[in-house]
Amino acid sequence: MPQQNSDAVILNNITKTYNKLPAVTEISLSVKKGELFGLIGPDGAGKSTLFRILTTLLLADSGTATVNGLDVVKDYKEIRRCVGYMPGKFSLYQDLTIEENLNFFATLFGTTVSANYGLIKDIYEQIAPFKTRRAGKLSGGMKQKLALCCALIHRPEVLFLDEPTTGVDAVSRKEFWNMLQRLKEQGITIVVSTPYMDEADLCERIALIQSGSILSIDTPAAIKAAYPDKLYAIKSAKMHQLLKDLRAYGSCYAFGEYLHISGVSGETELLAYVKEKGYTDVVLKEITPGIEDCFIRLLQTGGAS
Amino acid sequence: MNEKAIICKDLTKRFGDFVAVDNISFDVSSGEIFGFLGANGAGKTTAMRMLCGLSYPTSGEAAVAGFNVFTQQESIKKNIGYMSQKFSLYESLTVRENIRFYGGIYGLTNQELKEKGDELIAKLNMGNESKKMVGDLPLGWKQKLAFSVAIIHQPKIVFLDEPTGGVDPVTRRQFWDLIYDAADSGITIFVTTHYMDEAEYCNRISIMVDGRIDALDTPANLKKKYSAETMDEVFYALARGAKRTAD
Repeated sequence: MPQQNSDAVILNNITKTYNKLPAVTEISLSVKKGELFGLIGPDGAGKSTLFRILTTLLLADSGTATVNGLDVVKDYKEIRRCVGYMPGKFSLYQDLTIEENLNFFATLFGTTVSANYGLIKDIYEQIAPFKTRRAGKLSGGMKQKLALCCALIHRPEVLFLDEPTTGVDAVSRKEFWNMLQRLKEQGITIVVSTPYMDEADLCERIALIQSGSILSIDTPAAIKAAYPDKLYAIKSAKMHQLLKDLRAYGSCYAFGEYLHISGVSGETELLAYVKEKGYTDVVLKEITPGIEDCFIRLLQTGGAS
Repeated sequence: MNEKAIICKDLTKRFGDFVAVDNISFDVSSGEIFGFLGANGAGKTTAMRMLCGLSYPTSGEAAVAGFNVFTQQESIKKNIGYMSQKFSLYESLTVRENIRFYGGIYGLTNQELKEKGDELIAKLNMGNESKKMVGDLPLGWKQKLAFSVAIIHQPKIVFLDEPTGGVDPVTRRQFWDLIYDAADSGITIFVTTHYMDEAEYCNRISIMVDGRIDALDTPANLKKKYSAETMDEVFYALARGAKRTAD
């Protein structure tokens, strides 16, 4: 992959194994400057390993990687100065207060809170009423906001966020993504991972990852457009039985209120089949696939698309 | 038929001045899949701990599997299954050893342990893995195993605390197949989740806000009531009014 000035992050054939167990296998991708890029995949997909390699905390077995054109092995000291990292596990000092943690990280990077306050103002104001509270005593949502402030206080050029919304409720997740959009507008490159498929649509480009390999990289719209089949949503009063019956007919799985089914020859044939099975109340419609449908499809076809 | 697995009336838990659970009342029928939703800090975990016999309520009444949460905590524990959001099987024991261990705790005989173990391993298609350390299994398998172990004693009710967090979309659905099978076999399911599509798989759901239950109905009725297309919208409409930020 040729290196371009516009790339903030480049991974080139990165492989890492732990005790012979492969964590990531020959991963290549690039993230443009100023882009909001999502690594989408379940636990164990290899997302955290990629973050640790990019933040120079872990050496890959093979392959190369750069951040802002700097090599993760050779130039690790410079990389550490220009990136912000929020690990999946809360890693601030539990016995320091909100204020003390923030000052600590600012000092560590040779700056002050006031110098970069503009960048964190929106987020910090939400936790400022509790600034004398110890980090260990904060709620999950507040810890998450403090960790983001600490990762931003030296005005990094690239921000790495490892599952910032895991275990966070639907309302707080929405708020968090709004914050990310505002940071992006300030020109910061953001690489964020999530196991929630619905968050994929909030990224400019995404990589779908499973078992250490990339299933697909593109814009969410392009990934959805590449869905190779017609997809239908269907429901009836007897959902569980309908699911069992339709599994014998096509590729069918539950999806919220409806079942989603693909691999069928057409709407008429599908309706005839359910009628024959005795359903009189089915609602059927053709739908546009979402990222989760694409992910499921890619898993079922072994990632070859 | 219409037997109640859980009856809960004005259940309250205070920690000092803080009312973690504020006068909640609801019933869960036998064999029902009941979704227990709420924002972080709404009081779900505290309520669940009281229902599992792990914490005494401050006031109110509740019966779980017919046993009183004040006076019969030990009987409750014997008649329920529990799967925590934190993986709780022993990683350095094999699949078979974990089954024996947990089955043994619930008082299964050697004969039952053998039969149940075989049945469970066959059902999960883990024949080749039964002698592997649980720590070496992929997350999705671990979660399915943890669920099967939680119901190995065929409890009246199983409490599932965010059982599918971080699991891939295919495994997440396989997990729900196990939930439906358990419900079909008569086990009442009490489940929390942050995935709003999973709320749709429940017969009824409740949504907690600031310690209270602000909504309780079937997913279809809730969507109608809040003029919402999806459960996500219903949840958002209710939970964004929350005052609490604590976990």
